[in-house]
Amino acid sequence: MNIIKTLLLGAVIVLSSCNKEKKQEEVAVSESKSKENSASISELSIYNLPSVWTTQNNKKLELKELKGDVLVMVMIYTSCKAACPRLVADMRDIEAKIPDSKKDNIKLLLVSIDPETDTPERLKKFSIENKMSSDQWLFLRGTKSDTREFAAVLAVNYKKISPMDFSHSNIISVFDQKGELVHQQEGLGVNNKETVNKIIELAH
Amino acid sequence: MITSPLKIVFFFAICIICTLNSVIAQTENMVTVKGGVYIPLYGVDSTAVKVNDFLMDIYPVSNNDFLAFVKKYPQWKRSHIKRLFADENYLVLWNDDNTLGNQLKPNSPITGVSWFAAKKYCECQGKRLPTIDEWEYAAMADDKMPDARKKETYNQYILEWYETPKSFNNSIGSTFKNYWGIYDLHGLVWEWTLDFNSVLISGESRKDVDKDSNLFCGSAAVGASDLMNYAAFMRYAFRGSMKANYAVKNLGFRCVKDLNITP
Repeated sequence: MNIIKTLLLGAVIVLSSCNKEKKQEEVAVSESKSKENSASISELSIYNLPSVWTTQNNKKLELKELKGDVLVMVMIYTSCKAACPRLVADMRDIEAKIPDSKKDNIKLLLVSIDPETDTPERLKKFSIENKMSSDQWLFLRGTKSDTREFAAVLAVNYKKISPMDFSHSNIISVFDQKGELVHQQEGLGVNNKETVNKIIELAH
Repeated sequence: MITSPLKIVFFFAICIICTLNSVIAQTENMVTVKGGVYIPLYGVDSTAVKVNDFLMDIYPVSNNDFLAFVKKYPQWKRSHIKRLFADENYLVLWNDDNTLGNQLKPNSPITGVSWFAAKKYCECQGKRLPTIDEWEYAAMADDKMPDARKKETYNQYILEWYETPKSFNNSIGSTFKNYWGIYDLHGLVWEWTLDFNSVLISGESRKDVDKDSNLFCGSAAVGASDLMNYAAFMRYAFRGSMKANYAVKNLGFRCVKDLNITP
């Protein structure tokens, strides 16, 4: 078993991005075999992204595993002192306004733009400190490249401005059950009535 | 995830093949750009940025190159690409999935590709898109010196090109060979960068940026210190106005590679 593990580890290290393509093809093949998976992902769905993320509970997660839920997403980093605490507060405020009966169908995601610093342990600690440890909350960390790509999909711009700090757009995005972007809220501490209504309406 | 030994062998074989591929492909038509420190137009407090040595494609990716790519990876063909990854302008000047349009020459730079497609193209060559800093650093060079930004003639050249329509129809290699041996960084097409979405100066993002809201707001171009910044300002503003799924007629790309193994 150890040999296999070493081989795999070797493979992962040696694998360049081109292999990602190959892997993707393999995934595509296996998907077309089990049709129920691939057929139902629409063109505009974020579930077309092949990236694999790690959660605050140190579990691997592909975005498409979230299919069927309404997603509320924001990009943050835990060492942030300026905007992020307010963004986090905005997310919590949104969560508080969602009726309990709908919560099972809604996930609130915080995706780190600083995967180097934001380890799963750190994300976990952050989730507890910020009282975001119930099942609705997901904290994700990915590779730098996948994070850049994910931000590109959300139209979130960010730039590292010092070892500790990032500059970034403050956008909260809502995705429907198919993974299509349906609403974005820009800015900090803005009135979230429209966002909340959209989420409730989607979660029917 | 992977259970049978056969699969592991298969997996491993693929990775050896691909690694070989990228090793062979890695330096062909690329040159080394010697890294250094430079002050970009738009950074934090105009502090110097360190750029490591890297390999850069001598030419931007051509129509022909991209045609070969979509044939090999059909999911990036015009009729196959997912809307998430490219808007309806993707390869819009092509006749169909496998044929360039009449007005396009095989040896002209590919344009009308989204960031996702450009990124994937480079990854499949064992390369990547350049960062903004790498691109700007390499593009400071004229034919004689690594940093020609202070030369008035050089800036004039760039600005005149910005005013020239349809230069994307020219052949790759038709501009000048710069100090590093790279062609067409100016004069042919604009180019995608890996972190194009790190620019925080677009009109749309001004209001939602927390820290830099005073930087380059409103009077940005006017406040730039001298003429040499004006062309760069246009590039940053252009990047800041892009979204990753946009396909634009005068926007192409080229690839780079890290130089961690000295051959």
